[in-house]
Amino acid sequence: MPPKELNGDDKTMENKNRKTEYWRWLEYQRIMPGRDWKDAEIVTAGVDVGSVGSKAVIMTDGEIYSWSVMRTGSNSSDSAKKALGWAMENTGLTLKDFKYIVGTGYGRVNVPMANRAITEIACHAKGANYIWGPTVKTVLDVGGQDVKAIRCDENGKVVSFLMNDKCAAGTGRGMEIIADLLQIPIEDVGKVSLSVPEEPEPVSSTCVVFAKTEAVGLLRKGWSKEKVLAAYIRAMAIRMTELIEKVGCEKDFVITGGQSKNIGLVHRVENILNVKRLPVPNLDETGRDPASAGAIGAALFAKALYEKSLKR
Amino acid sequence: MKNLLNVEMVTPIITYYGYTDGSGEYYIVIDAEKCNSCGDCIQVCPQTALKMEAMFIDLEDKMVAAVTEHHRKKIRYTCSSCTPECGSVPCVQACEQKAISCIWKPK
Repeated sequence: MPPKELNGDDKTMENKNRKTEYWRWLEYQRIMPGRDWKDAEIVTAGVDVGSVGSKAVIMTDGEIYSWSVMRTGSNSSDSAKKALGWAMENTGLTLKDFKYIVGTGYGRVNVPMANRAITEIACHAKGANYIWGPTVKTVLDVGGQDVKAIRCDENGKVVSFLMNDKCAAGTGRGMEIIADLLQIPIEDVGKVSLSVPEEPEPVSSTCVVFAKTEAVGLLRKGWSKEKVLAAYIRAMAIRMTELIEKVGCEKDFVITGGQSKNIGLVHRVENILNVKRLPVPNLDETGRDPASAGAIGAALFAKALYEKSLKR
Repeated sequence: MKNLLNVEMVTPIITYYGYTDGSGEYYIVIDAEKCNSCGDCIQVCPQTALKMEAMFIDLEDKMVAAVTEHHRKKIRYTCSSCTPECGSVPCVQACEQKAISCIWKPK
């Protein structure tokens, strides 16, 4: 019989409270100060239901009004509703106020309130063009379960693209799993991975399952957490640069998606490609969030499609 | 966009269907700008791996040839019977617009 304190139901609650989820990233919602949707002629929305995160952006006359970023649940249409609902919170907006809504991302066909769906590739290029301006030519989108390398022209139109969604290797999902294994909060992985005195050899496998096994092996061999993390992120970066080199890296280069916040990854990709990405704009002042680039593009397309429908 | 001779340039819209993994590089490359939706490639594909798919270009939906989602992640096996090494790639040859090409680099 185990000792009483290690047994019994009353311990369950306490254990639950003690559980720490290192992978869990912060969900957020912002409303841009000093703007009122009632003054706008055209209110549109873009909803990007990704494999890991759901993003909703509300635009008034083509400028960002409010947006939300949250986790995608097991039901894409619920996630779409929740994300848009959260972006609408405290704004007084109702669904009737929207002239046009575009759904995009992995779960784009399951956005119930959307007028139409557009592939995330077109939306990401458009969104990156809006966030950083017409000089953007190469976009690397590191999503939850796939990696996309996109080349676009000065209007944000896709010129060539490559998407690797065969496996979760080198994606946000993989990063979550490694963060959890190493017990390092996901927000800190980038910084921690750069704290190693010298860059270790990358892990040989980018497959999440194999990489996790390999990481456990390295820890047992006596590698520090930081070193293992650096080895994993280095492998991610190498995989991504292979994709970019396929489509060709023309300046200016930007990174979108949740992993654009992982400075360890960004730093390594920049080093391997020998190109600096454009810096992330100030979120509070501009609302131009690289994590919601797809939803921004979708909201812009929504406005364009609405205006086009008026001309007919 | 215009080039230096003031002639309207056509920018391609290239999609790479396939992947790079530990065993090599495998892609069917389709230029949606050149594709005229004739469907000849679909007719000749022995694996029925191609289909017409709507692509959102300049606020319009254009029907272009695409590799079906089902085959994108296993293209190395799907297309193994007609790789450049085998001598002929039916879809590439069938396309009069030269919109389809194939990258096949097994390690």
